[in-house]
Amino acid sequence: MSKNSKNKKLNNKSVNTAPNTNELTQVLICMGTGGVAAGALDVWASFKEELVLRNIPAMLGKRSCKVKQTGCRGLCAMDVLVDIIDPKLGKHTYKHVKPEMVSDLIEKHILGHEPIVKWFAGKDYEQFYVKQERTVMKQYGLVDPESIDDYIEAGGYIALKKAFKMEQVEVIEEVKKSGLRGRGGAGFPTGMKWGFCHATHGNDKYIIVNADEGDPGAFMDRSLLEGNPHAVLEGLIIGAYAIGCNHGYFYCRAEYPLAVKRLKIAIEQANEHGFLGDDILGSGFNLDVKVKEGAGAFVCGEETALMASIEGMRGMPRPRPPFPAHQGLWKKPSNINNVETFANIPLIINNGGDWYAGIGTEKSKGTKIFSLTGKIRNTGLIEVPMGITIKEVVFDICGGIPGRKRKFKAAQMGGPSGGCIPESLVDVPIDYDSLVEVGAIMGSGGVVVMDNTACMVDMSRFFLTFTQQESCGKCVPCRIGTKTMLEILTRITLGHGCEGDVDLLISLANDIKGSSLCGLGQTAPNPVLSTIRYYRDEYDAHIREKRCPANSCKALLKFEVIEELCKKCGICLKQCPVDAIIWKPKTKAVIELDKCIKCQTCIDACPFLAIH
Amino acid sequence: MCDNNDKPCCGAHKEIDFGAADEILNQYRGKEGVLIPVLQKIQAEYGWLSQPLVEHIARELNIYLSEVYGVVSFYSQFYTEPRWRYTIQICRGTACHVKGSLRILENIEDELDVKAGQMTKDGKFTVEEVNCVGACGIAPVVILGQKTLGSITVAETLDALRNFEEQ
Ligand SMILES: Cc1cc2nc3c(=O)[nH]c(=O)nc-3n(C[C@H](O)[C@H](O)[C@H](O)COP(=O)(O)O)c2cc1C
Ligand code: FES
Repeated sequence: MSKNSKNKKLNNKSVNTAPNTNELTQVLICMGTGGVAAGALDVWASFKEELVLRNIPAMLGKRSCKVKQTGCRGLCAMDVLVDIIDPKLGKHTYKHVKPEMVSDLIEKHILGHEPIVKWFAGKDYEQFYVKQERTVMKQYGLVDPESIDDYIEAGGYIALKKAFKMEQVEVIEEVKKSGLRGRGGAGFPTGMKWGFCHATHGNDKYIIVNADEGDPGAFMDRSLLEGNPHAVLEGLIIGAYAIGCNHGYFYCRAEYPLAVKRLKIAIEQANEHGFLGDDILGSGFNLDVKVKEGAGAFVCGEETALMASIEGMRGMPRPRPPFPAHQGLWKKPSNINNVETFANIPLIINNGGDWYAGIGTEKSKGTKIFSLTGKIRNTGLIEVPMGITIKEVVFDICGGIPGRKRKFKAAQMGGPSGGCIPESLVDVPIDYDSLVEVGAIMGSGGVVVMDNTACMVDMSRFFLTFTQQESCGKCVPCRIGTKTMLEILTRITLGHGCEGDVDLLISLANDIKGSSLCGLGQTAPNPVLSTIRYYRDEYDAHIREKRCPANSCKALLKFEVIEELCKKCGICLKQCPVDAIIWKPKTKAVIELDKCIKCQTCIDACPFLAIH
Repeated sequence: MCDNNDKPCCGAHKEIDFGAADEILNQYRGKEGVLIPVLQKIQAEYGWLSQPLVEHIARELNIYLSEVYGVVSFYSQFYTEPRWRYTIQICRGTACHVKGSLRILENIEDELDVKAGQMTKDGKFTVEEVNCVGACGIAPVVILGQKTLGSITVAETLDALRNFEEQ
């Protein structure tokens, strides 16, 4: 596909010249988590209120105006994002919309047909979409996630109807042909997995959507469920039909109440439309779907632990075999896939497996959604073809690292099971196999970007704190091993590390990887090994010089201003919450240590990295 | 007796009204795999799971008490200590960590003189660490009562705390 046609496909640009043929003026407000946190509910209320107050629909004559909520469109850093689609002017996108701007937007844009240029989302917003290829997220920002009619109008449930006209094995064959690999972390071929479960007898089987999204720092599953729940549901129904399962479950994190709410609405609507329940579309096939809420345990993302949790028990993993395809939930054959895996299914059925296999690289097909967070300009969600490089993602799409003296240091991928990609490897293509080669993993798609103020020893300690807390305790290597590793890492960050600690960490890590019961323990040491591999000098600086090169580990900081680096700007003074900084124009700042509470706000604020 | 009636009661000495719990139990009795939803619903009703409540649940569902406590202690969302209505949740996910959430947590702890997981002495807040709340795009994130505060600094958090108005 040429670049141009790709661009044209994206109707997310700030200025779109194609006029909307229907007569409706639409206001689309981003109401994903980011949007709501940025105040989207107030913006929504203001629009509603003003429209009624001023009787706008009447003023527009036979044309009308509709305010619509949409799912997250990706660029959370610019929330609240609002599109106004005027039948004549086309679509314009505004960023950082506040309730007090609403009245002007209505007055000038909706009634006066004169868009307010200074509030446009502008160039960065356009740039954000150029290298993306939005297929799964295409309907984001357009459909109302609580309306099945919207979804159907946008082409929803066509794939379902098509699948029901196919034989079960044909559906599985199509998914195999597509080359789709599971998006939950391990990257197992989805078609093959479906085939295993299909081969077992009877229809008394379970199909489960893994919506536990445990990787802290990843939120694509949440956005999918909140932004387009019907797409996931449609994928699930197609999967259930292909495998021959009469029972479906969504296992959703308890931290995602909005996702649970929208899922329940979607399920009810699908039931009403005959896409769920008995005799779906007259095929004689039955499927009932339930939503189970998790109760806060990372290990429940692991498939066997998740099933134990649905059964109402402690979410402890079980040894495999037996594999879930033979003996899963309630000892019945079960198939489990990730949210995003299911969201890809309708596309594959609609466009064919060959089309899907045409996107991406040889062994990693299709597009993948990533959540980009951390020290990066445009935080948010992106969807890109497999094989794109980290560099393109971080710099071209997400605008690089903010701050003059801040530089890209590493991208952490795969969360607590993953590893980091240092600056020297930014040209590595993002696909399952290349990432493993450099010590990271695709994981669920969380990418946390770190700049030169991030301490890699501290990052290791952070992940180990997490896995150690979440270890279920069933097997010894994971329960005790991670704790010992954490103790060593903690003493290093406190300046009490001793010679030989790094080697001890490596040897412990290898033992834990080799002997833990489930994926949690088997992968928990990865973040440590990966940081040792690329940043051993940082470990050594902590241990030998009692120094944190990134100026991040509090116990090793002096809270002094470095004379040569201080540019006398006074920014630290303004930020300090306890007035512990003495500064006058044109003089070097001085920190009064007896007042200082060591909150590190000044260190974060200093543009010149002049405090250590 | 509780010395302060403004605080949630510890529940150890007072007769608990099991009425609401029984109503919930009645919807689930005899079904499979119901323990977690039952605990979730009952906790939502009572705020936390006191010992008499847990004992009652075990008795009514005919499950060993040890098994019920096994589940209660396994999941981080079940509370076996009283909590106040207002929680301050500090996201300690990766994205928030990279953006300095540890500093925010430490400063809240100092400001309110409590540790994460505890209730303040005046009983107004419970301070809690949570894993990623899924709003990483606007990290660091603090949830104060019902309100999600994104891209927040230490100073702003302290301001928000001091100006917090009870709903
Ligand atoms: C500790 C641990 C946590 C996991 N967390 C998740 C998760 O949050 N979401 C998910 O989809 N898969 C998670 N997985 C992977 C699942 O076990 C399983 O492989 C996946 O749901 C299969 O779906 P897929 O084939 O579509 O990727 C986790 C695995 C482990 C070992
Ligand atoms: S890491 Fe804090 S919201 Fe995700």
